[in-house]
Amino acid sequence: MDWMIGFAILIVKLGVVLVGLLLLAAYLVLLERKFLGRLQIRYGPNRAGKFGLLQPLADTIKMLTKEDIVPEAADRVLFLLAPAVVAAEALLIFAVVPFGASVTLLGKKIPLVITDLNVGLLYVFALASLGVYGVALGGWASNSKYSLLGGIRGAAQMISYELSLGLSLVPIVMLARSFSLLDIVRAQAHYPFILVQPVSFMIFFISAMAETKRIPFDLPEAENELGAGYHTEYSGMRFGLFFLGEYVNLQVFGALVAVFFLGGWRGPFLPPVVWFLIKILVISILMIWVRGTLPRLRYDQLMHLGWKVLVPLALLNIVATGFVLLIIG
Amino acid sequence: MTDLIFNVFILLTIIPCFWVALSSNIVHAAFSLLITLFGIAGLYVLLGADFIGVIQVIVYIGGILVLIIFGVMMTQRGKLLPLSIQLPGKLFGAVLTGVILAALLLSATRTLWPVAAVLGEPQLTSAAIGDLLLGKYLIPFEIASVLLLAALIGAVLIARRSVRGE
Repeated sequence: MDWMIGFAILIVKLGVVLVGLLLLAAYLVLLERKFLGRLQIRYGPNRAGKFGLLQPLADTIKMLTKEDIVPEAADRVLFLLAPAVVAAEALLIFAVVPFGASVTLLGKKIPLVITDLNVGLLYVFALASLGVYGVALGGWASNSKYSLLGGIRGAAQMISYELSLGLSLVPIVMLARSFSLLDIVRAQAHYPFILVQPVSFMIFFISAMAETKRIPFDLPEAENELGAGYHTEYSGMRFGLFFLGEYVNLQVFGALVAVFFLGGWRGPFLPPVVWFLIKILVISILMIWVRGTLPRLRYDQLMHLGWKVLVPLALLNIVATGFVLLIIG
Repeated sequence: MTDLIFNVFILLTIIPCFWVALSSNIVHAAFSLLITLFGIAGLYVLLGADFIGVIQVIVYIGGILVLIIFGVMMTQRGKLLPLSIQLPGKLFGAVLTGVILAALLLSATRTLWPVAAVLGEPQLTSAAIGDLLLGKYLIPFEIASVLLLAALIGAVLIARRSVRGE
């Protein structure tokens, strides 16, 4: 009986998180288009429903009903698989993200996280590194030079910035003394880690933008050079899956910044889940704002920033944190 | 239940292996290897080695296999050349595989595997591994890192030389 209840709770949690993520992803697209429109002194979508609020629905119907084209010369199996890898990887990361401490329902304590993994932080990196496959294989399987170039750029960029992404979080683990995301949030009971680790936060934020391949790091897509890069040949809902993956990734990194630096679900007055969503949204808006402000980096600038600025800085930050922790004891 | 999951992971590890060995398309072979490595990570986790399991994914799938696929993608030009294996090669391969299989089977059946009498809750491993690496095994750990660093510098040096064309 207990086993059954636990299983039912798990299924409900999975369902709620999945629906929430997909809904939020759809409306993030609208938010991005609206906000970007404002930044560029135009309206953005405003025809479907009041303020364009039904636009995500219209987009979804359009994507689902469009023809699903597989190019003649494409490698069929990998071509069909690649978008699923991207979307699944992004969604799976949320399995370890805690949305709140725990709620008591009918005398049972339910933690607001799908599973609190002891090696949660490493699990996040393991899945993030899978994202490379969607991009690289999608680009390769399309059998088009634009796609291949986009795929290669994407793979090179993602494995470069994965390094600084990982190294920037070592001080956080040193402070929290745990890989578990729940423990990391608990360790920020008195102050959020952004106050003691601002350098780490900057490195993580920049690397996260590079990992999600957004402007100014959108070389793998670079519309004016490569068409749309690795997803040039995709249409219909398969393109939709790439798109979905990108916006779920935006939420993933919003949530990770919140967990690692902003104290997770903590905040005054409002319930924890609301605070967590607010933090995700603020980070997302910040990323959209950056997109509306900065031009795309050149390829050598991209590599220079990653390998010669962020990685050494992250290493120095680890050494400095170690020294301080040693002195404090 | 555990047995069922164990068998699923075993199948997940072994079946793609055939594809790795038999596929004539090298990218498909690399992708199958990904599933195999995943299966192995699953086996680690099932054995209670959560840290090793995740590191397996990060290092092998996120690192080494990406480099393999990257290399294949960069070198492949024009139409894919299907790999073909000649008959003498097949015979030699079969004999070699047979010998290795026999040796493995023999050692696996002859060895006495010490199994803990009571299997309790799996212990959390990452803290213990960290303590050992930076405590008891600090010197081997440091030697390994210096060795890897030397290999890294060497690789960069060789790559630079061929770029300059000296």
